[in-house]
Amino acid sequence: MDCSNTETLLDAYVDGELDPLRNLDIEEHLHGCARCAQSYSDRQAIRGVLKTESLYFQAPAGLQKRIQRSVRQAAKAEAPAGWFSGSWLKIAVPLATAALVVLMLVPYFGAPSSDQILTQEVVASHIRSLMVSHLADVPSTDTHTVKPWFNGKLDFSPPVSDFAKQGFPLVGGRLDYLNNRPVAALVYQRDKHVINVFVWPSGNSAQTGGPIKTQQGYHVIRWTGSGMNFWVVSDLQQSQLAKFTDLLKSSLAAMAS
Amino acid sequence: MGGKEKLERFEQAILPHLDAAYNLARWLTRNEHDAQDMVQEASLRAFKFFDGFHGVDARAWLLTTVRNTCYTWLAQNRRNQLTTSFDEEIHSVEEDALNPSALALKSGDMEMLKESLEALPDEFRELIVLRDLEELSYKQIAEVINAPLGTVMSRLARARGRLKRILCSRLKEKP
Repeated sequence: MDCSNTETLLDAYVDGELDPLRNLDIEEHLHGCARCAQSYSDRQAIRGVLKTESLYFQAPAGLQKRIQRSVRQAAKAEAPAGWFSGSWLKIAVPLATAALVVLMLVPYFGAPSSDQILTQEVVASHIRSLMVSHLADVPSTDTHTVKPWFNGKLDFSPPVSDFAKQGFPLVGGRLDYLNNRPVAALVYQRDKHVINVFVWPSGNSAQTGGPIKTQQGYHVIRWTGSGMNFWVVSDLQQSQLAKFTDLLKSSLAAMAS
Repeated sequence: MGGKEKLERFEQAILPHLDAAYNLARWLTRNEHDAQDMVQEASLRAFKFFDGFHGVDARAWLLTTVRNTCYTWLAQNRRNQLTTSFDEEIHSVEEDALNPSALALKSGDMEMLKESLEALPDEFRELIVLRDLEELSYKQIAEVINAPLGTVMSRLARARGRLKRILCSRLKEKP
């Protein structure tokens, strides 16, 4: 590897975007070439300077509401209107809706939904894992250590990936008990924040999800995909947690394909 | 897909990424008010074309829409803008005169860092925002800016090089 090749690849090297072979080539060259080594430390300095939260503009309060409003309006405009135009429907539809709502509410009246109970359970499990020194039964950053550890302890094999490169390192795995069954808990970390990912098989193979919920200051994201239920919980910023969830989903998609 | 179901799926996929959308729009428009308008317009566009979204990477998908919306807006408003782009000829800083340790910025220099980044041309600034602030992979960036991976790599290298020169010359000018 000569200087001009190194110079071209240096940014990709700093960003961890090169394959291992090229990485080695660059490292070798940097050892022997003071000029490129200087260039490398310049790049690191620039990256270091940019890694400050004060450059990141958070969306102002109220923007989300404003967007929800306008998108909902657009959704209404998109919905077909002709069907509802009959004048008798103007009375019948609200009446029927009201009747339906009452019917649906009766069994649940006064009792929280199973979803709410599960959210409560997940948050409680997360908090419990932080309280005592019981974050991980198998503390390891190696996916090949964590994944086999679950063998024989669960009747399924949870998907385990590491996102250290993207700033969410795997720190271990644990057995937990949720929704009346043993589940896998995968533990990740972002800076000082702990992320618990609870995984267990779901009855159906459909892809579904739910909105982000916030309870006692913890954010909870859940979805069902590839035949598993996933519940992600953390006190991390909502946008960061969404980023993590995306990483997880793409790695699941990559595993499935 | 029913209207209500579409709306729910859309909100689930898109709303968690409003910070990312706003951050990119804020850096491209360089002001808070227009950035909010851009995010709103982009969200409406994204909703309209949401049936066509089957991927898993909602953030990259939304950022693509935000970027396109901003570029349309920039093209229309270009004449109202001050040309703040940094002229390397005038500032001609010698390469070897740079001292990277000078980049050890103090908290008071944050404003200067912000200004230096704003002084970069749009196509360089967005790369730094997407990579160093948003932490997208090269592959995701290639998708967002609709360019080959090689272009992402070389443009990012040039963007960081320019930013370094701007920063160093400003740090030098400072009393």
